[in-house]
Amino acid sequence: MNNKKTALNSLHKKYGAKFVPFAGYEMPIQYSSGIIEEHKYTREKAGIFDVSHMGQLYIKGENSLAEDLEKIFPSELKNAKLNQSKYSFLMNDEAGIYDDLIITKVEGGFNIVLNAACKYSDLELLKKLLDNKYEINLSEELSLIAIQGPEAAKILEKIIYGVSNLNFMNGNWFNYLDKNIYITRSGYTGEDGFEISIKNKDAEVFTEKLINEGASLIGLGARDTLRLEAGLCLYGHDMDINKSPIEANLKWAISKNRIVSGGFIGFEKIKSQIEKGVKKVRVGIKPEGRVIAREKTAIFSEDNKNIGEITSGTFGPSIQASLAMGYVESSFSKIDTKIFLEVRGKKYPASITNLPFYKKNYVKGANK
Amino acid sequence: MSEVKFSKEHEWIKLDGDVATIGITQHATEMLGDIVFVELPDKGSSVVKDGNAGVVESTKAASDVYTPVSGEIIENNQSIVDDPAKINADPENEAWFFKLRIKDKSELDSLMNKNEYEKFSKESGS
Repeated sequence: MNNKKTALNSLHKKYGAKFVPFAGYEMPIQYSSGIIEEHKYTREKAGIFDVSHMGQLYIKGENSLAEDLEKIFPSELKNAKLNQSKYSFLMNDEAGIYDDLIITKVEGGFNIVLNAACKYSDLELLKKLLDNKYEINLSEELSLIAIQGPEAAKILEKIIYGVSNLNFMNGNWFNYLDKNIYITRSGYTGEDGFEISIKNKDAEVFTEKLINEGASLIGLGARDTLRLEAGLCLYGHDMDINKSPIEANLKWAISKNRIVSGGFIGFEKIKSQIEKGVKKVRVGIKPEGRVIAREKTAIFSEDNKNIGEITSGTFGPSIQASLAMGYVESSFSKIDTKIFLEVRGKKYPASITNLPFYKKNYVKGANK
Repeated sequence: MSEVKFSKEHEWIKLDGDVATIGITQHATEMLGDIVFVELPDKGSSVVKDGNAGVVESTKAASDVYTPVSGEIIENNQSIVDDPAKINADPENEAWFFKLRIKDKSELDSLMNKNEYEKFSKESGS
């Protein structure tokens, strides 16, 4: 096992991290206080997440770049405002998802944040799709640190003046120790928060400052319970190459104008799925008791027909209940439909429920 | 009450007459992390040494619970089913899992005492 280490590896150790291999990296699953405490700390105060394993891609190019990117992504990029971020997908012709990502219009090009497990294949694919016309750089010099929670803005503002003026899903350059660093107001926990792109060599000192101001390190375990409560998908589980954004119930992420105008990869499939409907769709699922339905748990209808499968499930520390997401045949996707989950050979009652499980606290300026 | 014994599957067992109280060890809870769900064998059911006798789930994963001895379940601890966090808080006392009427006391012979178990859990790291 030769897993890569992020620039915060020794800091993780200092705070009692238990490590797991994740997407080729040695990452902290939890620290000494444990997943539930970490989860609650993020919801009540502010959690720090080392997401440096994720890919930070920069594509350099002027107007023709936005045009070329619109041929790939289902988002409006030609008229994107400077520093505006959009959640988007890299898809195949069948609208199967290679990766989900955040794309931000910056001066001279676009930044894209990619999933760790997909970043190298995404890079190759994008180079190919863009005919090697543009300079593309997948950074190995930058760390990515997220701070999430109701006190995130207050804490970060003490270290970096002006960040609390950012609107949700917007970024900008800020001054930190006489250096320019790029920060976006975004995250994946259902809380207000920021993602800070910072040089590897500055990452540890910066993170310790956040800790000194009252934020606490949070591992992958709580990151998973937080994003699940927020109803957010985890790539490779709740979405993958065999599922489209429509099946994944993420139609909101596809720009309305682009659905009309088309011209991006996977458009035909998406158009037909919107018009004709899909066979299976992602739903939120609430088991009746405390039973936890994990990935691959079979879902049954009241008349005992296998109608789908769980893709993520856990116990939600903030909602104090079990929760899951999965794909069911569309005719069973209506809210409050009764279903059964087969766990260790026993069928447990559950129902289809609205997402998110936990109400978001995003700040003003939210846009999709 | 007799000496507490330990299994390689990280269960503890305390014998009082022919009634054994069984739970999981502190070390087991530290490995599992926060426990959020527990399933116990039904009262009146029979369990077999090293066989399945329930499930614990942490926020991370599900793990089987095994019984270190055979017998008939005479009681299970409903309070940990209702509040699984108790298992992390006090695994070797209040948060016992079940009590069974032991079938064959000689099954205890293969189990470890406290010192042996501490050494075992340190060395195995699992």
